[in-house]
Amino acid sequence: MTALLEADSLVRIYETRRGLLARPTPVRAVDGVSLQVAAGETLGVVGESGSGKSTLGRMLLGIDAAQDGAVRIGGKPMPAFGSPDWRALRARIQMIYQDPLSALDRRLGIADQLREPLEIHQIGTTNDRNQRVHDVMHSVGLRPDQADKFPHELSGGQRQRVVIARALMTDPDLLVCDEPVSALDVSIQAQVVNLLADLQREKGLGMVFISHDLKVVRNLCDRVAVMYLGRIVEEGSADEIFAYPKHPYTQALVSSVPQPGRALTRRIILQGEPPDPANRPAGCAFHPRCQHAEDICRRDVPQLRKVARDRNAACHLLTPSNAALPLA
Amino acid sequence: MPRTGPAKADRCRARLYKLPRLFGSQAHRARPGELHPIRKKKMSNLIEIRDLRVAFDGVAVLHGIDLDVAPGEALGLVGESGCGKSVTWLAALGLLPDKAHITGSVRLETQELSGAPRQALERIRGGRIAMIFQDPSSALNPVIRVGRQICEALKLHRRLTGAAAKTEALRLMDLVGIPDARNRFDLYTHEFSGGQAQRLMIAIALAGEPDLLIADEPTTALDATIQAQILDLLVTLRREMAMAMVFISHDLAAVSQVCERVCVMYAGKIVEQGPVTQLFNAPRHPYTRGLFDAIPRLTGPRQRLIPIPGTVPDPRHLPDGCPFSPRCARVQSFCTTQRPDLLPQPDGRQLACAYPVPLAPIAKNTAQKQKIYQ
Repeated sequence: MTALLEADSLVRIYETRRGLLARPTPVRAVDGVSLQVAAGETLGVVGESGSGKSTLGRMLLGIDAAQDGAVRIGGKPMPAFGSPDWRALRARIQMIYQDPLSALDRRLGIADQLREPLEIHQIGTTNDRNQRVHDVMHSVGLRPDQADKFPHELSGGQRQRVVIARALMTDPDLLVCDEPVSALDVSIQAQVVNLLADLQREKGLGMVFISHDLKVVRNLCDRVAVMYLGRIVEEGSADEIFAYPKHPYTQALVSSVPQPGRALTRRIILQGEPPDPANRPAGCAFHPRCQHAEDICRRDVPQLRKVARDRNAACHLLTPSNAALPLA
Repeated sequence: MPRTGPAKADRCRARLYKLPRLFGSQAHRARPGELHPIRKKKMSNLIEIRDLRVAFDGVAVLHGIDLDVAPGEALGLVGESGCGKSVTWLAALGLLPDKAHITGSVRLETQELSGAPRQALERIRGGRIAMIFQDPSSALNPVIRVGRQICEALKLHRRLTGAAAKTEALRLMDLVGIPDARNRFDLYTHEFSGGQAQRLMIAIALAGEPDLLIADEPTTALDATIQAQILDLLVTLRREMAMAMVFISHDLAAVSQVCERVCVMYAGKIVEQGPVTQLFNAPRHPYTRGLFDAIPRLTGPRQRLIPIPGTVPDPRHLPDGCPFSPRCARVQSFCTTQRPDLLPQPDGRQLACAYPVPLAPIAKNTAQKQKIYQ
């Protein structure tokens, strides 16, 4: 079976200048990332800011072209950005953004915004479109009387529902969600997470869920990829990876999540800052913050490899025969 | 919660300084007007807020807040956005714009802050009460070198200048964990990462050796691993400097790890208040309970989340009766007509609910959770 979405060693390099006359330095935002999403599966992508997860999301949609590697949708290569084929494909893959207010047109009523994807992709007659707007609004939990409202008249959670509804209008196979609940209060966040979970179940949507919130990711995702400085450092099933993190970075990440009733003292507090993607450490990018680092970590870049059943990790110290580091 | 190292140290310190860990919270259990005997003699509250009300253009956003902070105490303030958590403290410190109409009393020990002249307030702000904000990069001055910004605070509040100020500034930078402080004294704020900028903010806040640090969502804008570092830093600093702290956050989990006592706010009023373990093990107000239930769990069986339906009411159109009633699962007809008062409960907490959640533990899998991490 071909996967719904396949990415093969994607690379994206930005050039930044430090100062007006300085020579541009390459920033490897995404550095050899491979992943697959099966139909109906949800893949979580977690990592800190600057780990390249948003860039990865844009590349999976073809908005940012891959400089190396390839994205395949249903086995077919991703068409070039802006080409008619790519535009047609966008009906099948949609994106949900973090900030609903800036993702929506504030001078267009909700129903008009929701109708737009159908008009762009020339789906259905006017009556069909109106019916579809009504149906989708109902399925994301918006009231019919909100159809004529403008984005500023809705609350944050309702706006995010509109963004989700708009992404669902063309009945896509794949949703790429970039921090869709990060800007919402915890009570509203739970509403939107439940909505996404329902949609996933009812419509069999494939989803790439990009977030820094591990708790949300665990509740929504089947599999999780942990990114650090443009690379996947660990990959596995959501339940397993959060219960038994193996890569030292994942361990620190999981341990840093505040949980009610867990004391501060047992946490792994990472020293230092997340390193600068423009100034990537040699060897394993995580070694300056890693308490287990050895000589080989400073020298060689570890490759992602299988360390246990259904678990890949990029760490020199993790091998299939020795797939456990001591939890600090 | 397991008895752990720092908590133990906390208890020792409480004994040494007669600090309120043991007595402060007791004091709040006392009925209004009745002081705890020990507290009456030795302790008084650092801050006492009484019936603080704020209105913007005639729209009331705070509906009478009564709040005490004892010396050295860590108090958490939680609630969704728009519940008045930040406004409470901005009003208390006179930092709201002129159009805000403020009534009520805010006392810092014996001094009344509400309506105090600007000069008096300026001596207190940064000197006795310091505040740190969510977004450090916009709170720091981008065109002044960080060292000078710290020295400025030292000059204002401790009259330190020249070499003495620089030495003290470097000590503060070390204290908040800026590596290589000496060489980074003359850098600008954009040359620091978000976590480091927040450390600098904390250093400036500590410059006046405040009795109370108000941290307004100090870790919300930071990455998870950096958030853990800053929470750790705040806990350590509070312990070492015997400083009271008010931790404003929408993250219940973070609050539970930093604070001893928690106030839950909803629509401009405190709806539940009590020691952190009590609120965690058995939240009584349906809103508190709802906040807990809405948090996704990282361990244990995967369950459907339980959101709180609806949204925070618009302060211009508050529902009649209890403002939480339209979202409340336990609502009765009484709730839609009468606004419940915040009343002391037999178990020590304060609660504003006519039909509270029955006493039953919330986190059944806490024991399991801890097992996994041991």
